[in-house]
Amino acid sequence: MTTESLTQNLATMLREHQKAILEAWIGEQLAADTLRLDLIDDKTLSLESREFLAVVTSAMASGEDLDREAPAWRPVYGFLQELSQARDEAGFSPTETATFVLSLKQPWIERILEAEMDSEGTSAAIWHASQILDRLALFTAEAYQARRESTIRRQQEEMEELETPVVKVWDGILALPLVGTLDTRRSQMVTESLLEAIATTGSEVAILDLTGVPAIDTRMAQHLMRTVAATRLMGANCILSGIRPQIAQTIVHLKIQLGDIKTEATLAAALKSAFREAGLKVVGDR
Amino acid sequence: MERIAIAQIGDCLLVTIRVDMHDRLALALREDLGRELSRTQASGVLLDISGLDTLDTFIARVLGGIGSMARLLGAETVLVGMRPAVAMTLVELGLTLDGVRTALDVERGMAMLHRKDR
Repeated sequence: MTTESLTQNLATMLREHQKAILEAWIGEQLAADTLRLDLIDDKTLSLESREFLAVVTSAMASGEDLDREAPAWRPVYGFLQELSQARDEAGFSPTETATFVLSLKQPWIERILEAEMDSEGTSAAIWHASQILDRLALFTAEAYQARRESTIRRQQEEMEELETPVVKVWDGILALPLVGTLDTRRSQMVTESLLEAIATTGSEVAILDLTGVPAIDTRMAQHLMRTVAATRLMGANCILSGIRPQIAQTIVHLKIQLGDIKTEATLAAALKSAFREAGLKVVGDR
Repeated sequence: MERIAIAQIGDCLLVTIRVDMHDRLALALREDLGRELSRTQASGVLLDISGLDTLDTFIARVLGGIGSMARLLGAETVLVGMRPAVAMTLVELGLTLDGVRTALDVERGMAMLHRKDR
């Protein structure tokens, strides 16, 4: 028997016994201990089950091979995509969503066994049916993952948009409050915006404030050193400020050589030192 | 062959590099500058590279070499006007030109040289 006629035979079987299969399937889902009545009511569940069975049946009736791009199967994938999203939003885990598809296996296979076929035909039909359900169940997990990935990507983009601002704190003095960790990409962006700001404002001092940096490793220290070296090449001086005690310990422990880079305890101290260097004095009225 | 002009301002030599540097031009500049330094007894050299948007390792080394040579001839070198992109490239290449002093522009470079005199 060809795959095509096998698929069509299974479809015919599904259509003929649709009511019985559906009943058994819904009954099984309602009885399963993975049932989440807190997230879904039994009416929605039977509605979804009925629709899924209908789209699968009509897709199989076409005899086409299971394929996301095949016209006959597209409604099935569309349905699963929506189902996966709706269940995800309702709070189902990907496993629970996949179980919805997989739980159809038992009533379906029981039906196949009841049909009187030779053993070869029976095993071929069972194999085929379970293969289809497996792949459809995997697709719900895949759809879940794709949604997660797009969320992560979106968040990453948002985070990059919140890039470190270069603040002009005084004529000729820039401050760069660093928050979080610096990876290669981010440090490149930070360095780039700092150098551009130095060029456009003609600032001679740049304060790199590390108050918002929770921890440091050798790689990040290296990035910092590069930023400092690049500002020096342009003709500006860098002051590091706000190094936390833990970070200072790490720097010593990792034997990171900060060379002759100027450091100050706080941003205020760095600003003071920058003022001193520029020959400025803060004079109070009182 | 084209050469890079060297101008004398007071007791400083000003070298403004406007064309894209190539290796021979850089070597010729080093030679010319050596001659000019011993002739004028200048105490400072300003290398203005604000017109350069690329800098390769060879040129960077020659510029560093100019700094060391000038020091031997009694002059201090200040590299001025490096563009952000050039600075990033040099740092990526690991060339931090540690022996050379830097300034944002010619004016500040000049001030730096004069500050040293007093």
